[in-house]
Amino acid sequence: MQGSILSSESDTARRGEHTAVFEAMVLAHLNSAYTLARYLTRRSDVAEDIVQDAILRAYRGFDGQRGENVRAWLLAIVRNCFLTWKAKEVQGSEASPDAEGGEPSPAYSGGEGMTLETPESILIEQQQNGAIRSVIESLPHPFRETLVLRDIEDMSYRDIAEITGVPIGTVMSRLARARKMFAASWKGTEMTSFMGKLP
Amino acid sequence: MTAASHLCPERELFLHGLADNELDAANALAVEGHMQICPGCAAAYNDILRQKQLLKGDGLRFRAPESLRARVHAMIAEEPGAKTETYAPAKITRIVQRRFHFGGAGAAFSAMALAASLMRFVYSPSRSPLLDDQLVAAHVRSLLVSHLTDVASSDQHTVKPWFLGKLDFAPSVIDLAQNGYPLQGGRLDYIGGRVVPALVYKRHGHVINLFLWPERKVAVPAQTLDGYHIVSWTQGGFVYAAVSDLNLTELQEFRQDLEKALSFN
Repeated sequence: MQGSILSSESDTARRGEHTAVFEAMVLAHLNSAYTLARYLTRRSDVAEDIVQDAILRAYRGFDGQRGENVRAWLLAIVRNCFLTWKAKEVQGSEASPDAEGGEPSPAYSGGEGMTLETPESILIEQQQNGAIRSVIESLPHPFRETLVLRDIEDMSYRDIAEITGVPIGTVMSRLARARKMFAASWKGTEMTSFMGKLP
Repeated sequence: MTAASHLCPERELFLHGLADNELDAANALAVEGHMQICPGCAAAYNDILRQKQLLKGDGLRFRAPESLRARVHAMIAEEPGAKTETYAPAKITRIVQRRFHFGGAGAAFSAMALAASLMRFVYSPSRSPLLDDQLVAAHVRSLLVSHLTDVASSDQHTVKPWFLGKLDFAPSVIDLAQNGYPLQGGRLDYIGGRVVPALVYKRHGHVINLFLWPERKVAVPAQTLDGYHIVSWTQGGFVYAAVSDLNLTELQEFRQDLEKALSFN
């Protein structure tokens, strides 16, 4: 199936059209793909590699007929690329204490592009976002991805079920657990570093 | 979330479903009604909403770096078969419209039309939550969301115990493979405001959902609703309702075979 469209459509104009449609339909979701990859890998360098790999796979498999659900389809590919990377990572470093090979990035303690002139309200917001990201990243993979897909990427239960390849009932129970885990962890963070700072 | 410990565990997923706007009208009403009389669930629901609000907003999303964006565009341009010519935005819009809304995309269009017609059952809050609607909606939903079975097994001795502890009654589970209706598995569903078992059978590629619950009266007469047949009967203190797009004759035969098997059970 892969590539068959391109080889059968030897007309170069059609290939150009294929690329243009791909860019309009799929690359429009690049930020979503990158967001999911960042939360899954917890590393910006790996996230970039995974997104690049996913886009290439998507391009080769793109048949131009995906309609509404193109974002869910792309995110499913990103997730597959992540799982492939994770499997290699675990194999490559047996001694690694973290099975997912991720390391909490220190970059999250503050926002990117944060400067001394930043007004205090923005600074606090950036700090809070950094803290929220850290808490999300501390959740185990199935719960992390479910929470990110639902609450940050705003995907429907049905889409999440398709992306993660589990029944909708599993999505619901994972989501409930993920939110409880987040709540418990966030409460601790809030107590230690944000009490009194937030309005 | 201090209130979380006081919520009713069996309502927890519904509270999340309501907060996420994923419940159908009947279930949403039921949960909202419950929250009127249960402060624990009401508090837990507010906690869920507050937390959703905390995670909402672009601040938690990541922007793909420009370097990545450039690399991806270059990569696609270099892919064999790709042409590097740039299209004007207007042309792209035209191509996209042509592909996705009008010409050449018959399959995509009919799939969208189908989805739209199914949505009526699944999401329409204006339609009264009649039992027959709910049965067909549950059937359609099971086909739509790749959620046909929670326990996938053709073995009735695997499926039946799976329901234990999940229901307040024990459903009879019978495989009808020798009659040409092999059991595919089972799942939990929600009909008429209660959790009911759904047993899934197949006949020549057609899916049959069999819902059952303890009640003495037949609530639904045999009928056809938008191409789906419902055959319902009472037996041994249970209401059985089979829903399928299988032709009515074969669905009636399924009923007869099952009735017979149940009477020997």
